[in-house]
Amino acid sequence: MNLLTLVIALPAIGFLLTILIPRTQEQVIRLFTLAVSLVTFVLSLGLVTGFQSGQTGQQFVADMVWIANPEIHWHVGIDGLSLWLIILSTFLTPIAILISWRSIGDRVKEFFAFLLLLEFGLVGVFSAWDLFLFYVFWEVALVPMYFLIGIWGHDRRIYAAVKFFLYTMAGSVLMLTAIIFLYLRAGTFDYAVILDGFSSGRIALTHTEETLLFLGFFIAFAIKVPLFPLHTWLPDAHVEAPSAGSLMLASVMLKMGTYGLVRFCLPMFPTAARENANWIVILAIIGIIYGALVAMVQPNMKKLVAYSSVSHLGFVVLGIFSFTQLGLDGAVYQMLNHGISTGALFVLVGFLYERRHSLAISDYGGVATVAPWLSTIFMITMLASIGLPTLGNFVGEFLILQGAAQAHFLWTTFAAIGVILSACYMLWMYQRVFFGETGEEVRHHVPDFNMREWACVIPLVIMMVWMGIYTQTFLPPVSEATSKILDQSKMNVPLRVALPTHSGGSAHAR
Amino acid sequence: MPQNLWIIPALPFIGFLINGIFGRKLPKAVINAIAVGSVVLSFAWVVKVFMTAGNLAATPVTEHYFTWIKSGEFQVGWDFTVDKLTMIMLFIVTGIGSLIHIYAMGYMAHEEGYYRFFAYLNLFMFFMLNLVLAANYLILFVGWEGVGLCSYLLIGFYFVKKSATTAGNKAFIVNRIGDFGFSLAMFLIVINFGTLNFTQVFSAAPGKPTETLTAIALLLLVGACGKSAQIPLYVWLPDAMEGPTPVSALIHAATMVTAGVYMCTRSAAIFTHAPAAMETVALIGLATAVFAATIGLAQNDIKKVFAYSTVSQLGYMFLGVGVGAFSAGIWHLMTHAFFKALLFLGAGSVIHACHGEQDMRHMGGLKKYAPWTCITLACASLAISGFPFTSGYFSKDAILGAAYAHAPWMYWVGVITAGMTAFYVWRAFWMTFWGDYKGHGHPHESPPSMLAPLVVLAILSIGGGFLFNVPEILKDMFPLAEGGGDEFTLTAISVAFGLAGIALSYYMYVMNKELPGRIATSLGGIYTMVYNKYFVDEIYDATIVNPIIGGSRDVLWHGADQGLIDGIVNGVGSQSKGIGEWLRLLQSGSIRSYATWIVLGSVALLLAMGLASGVVR
Repeated sequence: MNLLTLVIALPAIGFLLTILIPRTQEQVIRLFTLAVSLVTFVLSLGLVTGFQSGQTGQQFVADMVWIANPEIHWHVGIDGLSLWLIILSTFLTPIAILISWRSIGDRVKEFFAFLLLLEFGLVGVFSAWDLFLFYVFWEVALVPMYFLIGIWGHDRRIYAAVKFFLYTMAGSVLMLTAIIFLYLRAGTFDYAVILDGFSSGRIALTHTEETLLFLGFFIAFAIKVPLFPLHTWLPDAHVEAPSAGSLMLASVMLKMGTYGLVRFCLPMFPTAARENANWIVILAIIGIIYGALVAMVQPNMKKLVAYSSVSHLGFVVLGIFSFTQLGLDGAVYQMLNHGISTGALFVLVGFLYERRHSLAISDYGGVATVAPWLSTIFMITMLASIGLPTLGNFVGEFLILQGAAQAHFLWTTFAAIGVILSACYMLWMYQRVFFGETGEEVRHHVPDFNMREWACVIPLVIMMVWMGIYTQTFLPPVSEATSKILDQSKMNVPLRVALPTHSGGSAHAR
Repeated sequence: MPQNLWIIPALPFIGFLINGIFGRKLPKAVINAIAVGSVVLSFAWVVKVFMTAGNLAATPVTEHYFTWIKSGEFQVGWDFTVDKLTMIMLFIVTGIGSLIHIYAMGYMAHEEGYYRFFAYLNLFMFFMLNLVLAANYLILFVGWEGVGLCSYLLIGFYFVKKSATTAGNKAFIVNRIGDFGFSLAMFLIVINFGTLNFTQVFSAAPGKPTETLTAIALLLLVGACGKSAQIPLYVWLPDAMEGPTPVSALIHAATMVTAGVYMCTRSAAIFTHAPAAMETVALIGLATAVFAATIGLAQNDIKKVFAYSTVSQLGYMFLGVGVGAFSAGIWHLMTHAFFKALLFLGAGSVIHACHGEQDMRHMGGLKKYAPWTCITLACASLAISGFPFTSGYFSKDAILGAAYAHAPWMYWVGVITAGMTAFYVWRAFWMTFWGDYKGHGHPHESPPSMLAPLVVLAILSIGGGFLFNVPEILKDMFPLAEGGGDEFTLTAISVAFGLAGIALSYYMYVMNKELPGRIATSLGGIYTMVYNKYFVDEIYDATIVNPIIGGSRDVLWHGADQGLIDGIVNGVGSQSKGIGEWLRLLQSGSIRSYATWIVLGSVALLLAMGLASGVVR
């Protein structure tokens, strides 16, 4: 059986088997789901070792007819863009299970089963090479997240879950419409065939059609990212979600949106993408600054991190719509880095919550005295998040801003303000939570890491450093994929409209 | 022959790792051995490189370790290079660094978090050495941000104290504002040069349009203003004195804060082709020098006096760079590292002697109790006052001479500043060591491990200018400037101003002690302004910080996010009745039963997918 199909299917099989375990066997359920996720992770590493560099097309391809009429294929495959996002999903799922080990005591079976189902959806989204299949995975991933928030969330969980669901569904409907329109026009859901149809001119769209289709996909993805002003579901979802939910939501689910932009919007609708790039970039930059400013005044740690995500994802969108090699590479790299660093932040905030049962910054203070290692790891994570060189995020931010500068220097001038502001909100939070006098509550209830918690954070810290120093492990496959996408986004354009001119920057004075 | 330059920063980094991870459980002797040993070994490796590298002017040593970032045609390697300029910086950083590490063993002996202090200090050495060894702007930026991090960690070392952590935050954030400029400069460099490597950028710089180079140089200057505490970004440095005194000496006087001067000097090829930027550098430097000196006149906290003095002296270095006397700027960087490190370490010894007291009004008469501290501090004070043939005399003179050649009025402002400098430094000296002891407890001299570095630095403060003639050493990189006027007269005037400052301080603070109070009263408003540092912090708070925070909370968060956007979202939800009904069903129905349905549905879907694709058969 195809390795990729196995990696996708294993969590689904694990999900089904988990359901068969009697619900009283809670420890068995935990151990079983952990084992499944670990095996999936190890198998997924086979995708890395077996990945052929220099080969431009899809790899680990499996193409089988799933539904005969209309013809829908189990067509999966990966390139450098999918590769690391899949690894990110399989890498974080065991951590999500581990951090929920003790904190989830209610309906244990469903909870851990849902985490596997979520993994199935996420890995599937990043592998699908058939538009309908992509849509199915997109929705499959949505469902467990909805319940993670709605069942195991905090007080306002229902409001948050419904808001999350409605926002995402609104986008999904638009995307589904666009997919069906494409199917009617192309006669297939197969993405490779559709792309080929575009480049060969077999499928021709009018300008209006292309713009509308672009917007259909774009809005679905933009909600997921989330792009300002479509972001207000995110803070609520994060605050109400259990730690594992926040982790998977921020680290991987948001990347479904940015992944979709790169994978579908740019190659299929290059003209529309370039025509609309200006206002999208403006929204991204507003998001960068706005998210950071609003994060700065949050009294709740999770909300703060949530708004910081709005800011960070703004960078990713900026990179994508800069239409430069550096910008795209940086955007993809930043997706991964944000996954690690923000994921780690949610893990650590979750640890604090388990101890002190509060997310309010003002309920803390002086944690560094009683839990020095927790504080140290939080510090490293914070530094990664604010883009300190030698940690991963810096590389992503640098490439994005450099790429954006090549497109329009003014964009970078504004976006870089976000780098200043990120230091403000993070350092102020850190000061209030970890420094200062230790209060009674904190002194008695906030011990340092236990072994299980160490096991959660050490892999994350290793990845932050690795991705910050030795980018050559990760970037080359990404570059191959993005340069191809960049070519595709150029290739189809001259047939229809002239390229929007980019000011001086893109003149390569090499 | 490979020089293995990477060993120089790697040694303190290993020290950081060991002390940082295991330090809590290690005995102090081991922590000392690792922390101090690693830096001393690093110094030894610098000496080794110096002895074996051959003619650095002709062939700088460059080593490439691995590709850090590569995207498209853009590529940045983790590369180190050593030329003569780097060599000087390496000696300063590892040499002074070693001395201060030794001093800190004694100074920090009774502090909690001893291991943590040395771990941070070693980490600082690692980043600082990265900064000076860098062969391209991005690696330099790694060190640049890294030393900022260590500065933040060490300013906030006493993290229970709110003022300390606030000062740490301020340092980091203000530096980030500077780094904003630095980053933009790098982006412009890549756009115009296609690379960040020093050699390629500098060799191509002369052929680029002046406007481009000016923009790059000005943006680099923004970065330098942050790191090196120049107007308008100097505000973090005085607050940084919250950190332990060895930190003030090493990071906030001798090394890190001079990184801006080093970076501008390193970028001389860009700056020299951007005259407008050069003029700006000189003006900012000069303005900072005189502005900070006036504040220094009225401070009573001994470390604050020296902090403003540092800001002021850094201004001198920028003046040197701005008028084209790069090597004079570096010379002053070096001599300043000697005498300012000594001033701070001496201040630390004084504070130690007075049981933690920092207010000079509660000191006095210490020459009897702490003679070694007194003598060594006198050496440093002479040097900073430009007393003939001390180290400061040479380097300051070189800068002022070049300033005169550039524009005589700059010379005069510099000379007046030199007079003020001599006045406030000696004011501190007299207040501390002369008269009667006005503090509590019994003052005592510091232990030998603290005094030994003081003595070494005192020798360097006095003789450092003779021993190391930086402009001569760097003349291959920066041609020696020709004097613009009668050198003897210029020197004599600046020396006279320095001596006058010393004399005036003696008159006011030893002979006529009620005079300062009367002057302060008669100056009234002006004195209040100066004493309160011109209320710059308050102005920044009122005009920038508070509006941003208030606006973010009230307008953006409550207004736009919760009011406008969520208002629309919730409105759409509740107004469309169909959705509303549906929602209510969803909400009133048990979520558990709904979950069951979804689980069943998912199972069915999976089975269907499996069957259809032939996986399950």
